[in-house]
Amino acid sequence: MVFSGIVRAEHPQFSFASPDQEQRFLELTKELRCLVCQNQSLADSKAGLADDLRKEVFRLLQEGASDQAIVDFLVQRYGEFVLYKPRVKPATYALWYGPAAFLLLGALALFILIRRRAKKAVIALSGPQAEQVRRLLDQD
Amino acid sequence: MKRVVFLLPFGIFMILVGFFAFGLRTDPSRLPSPLIGGPAPPFELPNLTQPEQRITAADLTGKVSLLNVWATWCTACMQEHPVLMKIAEGGEVALYGLDYKDKREDALAWLNKLGDPYLGSAFDSDGRVGIDWGVYGTPETFVIDKAGTVRYKHIGPLSWEDWNQTLLPLVRELQAEKG
Repeated sequence: MVFSGIVRAEHPQFSFASPDQEQRFLELTKELRCLVCQNQSLADSKAGLADDLRKEVFRLLQEGASDQAIVDFLVQRYGEFVLYKPRVKPATYALWYGPAAFLLLGALALFILIRRRAKKAVIALSGPQAEQVRRLLDQD
Repeated sequence: MKRVVFLLPFGIFMILVGFFAFGLRTDPSRLPSPLIGGPAPPFELPNLTQPEQRITAADLTGKVSLLNVWATWCTACMQEHPVLMKIAEGGEVALYGLDYKDKREDALAWLNKLGDPYLGSAFDSDGRVGIDWGVYGTPETFVIDKAGTVRYKHIGPLSWEDWNQTLLPLVRELQAEKG
C-alpha cells in the first residue's frame, strides 16, 4: 500500500481500478526499459516516449491483459531490449551463469593447486630427509 | 602441461579482445527491429495533406516502398529532408511519410516551406501507430517489399551515402523480386 501514494503522486493522470492494478503497473514499468533514456526504467524516465508507453501499459491493464501479455506486446514492437531484466534463455546463459561459473572454475583451480603443493611436500620428505626430520623431532 | 596453463590467461584475454573489437564498434543505442521479416504493422490514418483520404498499410504493398517517420520538432529530420527530396525525384521507390506526434498546421507549413517528397504522409498525432512500428527516435526509415514485409529499418537521419550504399541496392534487389 506504500506504493500507491508514490505512483499516484508521480502519475496523477492514471486512475487505477484497484490497488492491485496500481501495484502491477509499478512492477511492470520498473521491469521495462525506456528506449530513449536507455539506462532508465519506464517507471523513472521523463521522456515523451516513456509517457506514451506508460499510457499503453495502463490501457492494456484496464483491458484486462495479463503481465505476460503486456510484456509480449512491447517485446513484439521493440525487441528484447525493452526488458530491463534480460530473459534467461540459451543466448543469455553466459550472462546469467557466467560469473558463478568463473567463480567455480577459479575455486576448482585453487583447490587442485593446493592439493598438488601439499602432495609435493609429503613426497619430498620421504627417504633420508624424512629420517633426519624424525630424529630431530624425537630429540624434543 | 605447464606451458598450456601458462598460456591460458593469455588465451582468455585474446578471446575477450575479440569480443571487445566487435562490441565497441557497434552503437548499442541503435536497436535492431523485431519487425524485420514480418508483415508491416497494419494502420489506418488520415492523409496529412488531404485529411478526407486515408492512408493504410495496404498502400505500402504491391510495390517497394519506404516509410519515413518524421516530425517538425525533429531537427535531424530537417537534415535528411534534401536527401528525401532527391529520392523522391529519382522515382525508384514509393516514398511515404509517417508524421509522428505532430501538429497538423506545423506539419503543413513545414512541407510547404521545404517541399513535400512524400506520395502521402499518414498523420499519427498521438503516436499510437508509431508504437506499433517500434518507433523510438525520429527520424526512422523502413523499407517494405512488394508483399508488404518489413525488410530493413534505418535509424537516424538518412544520408545520401546511406541511401546509395545500403538502401538503394536493397530497393533494387527487392524490385527484382516477384510481387
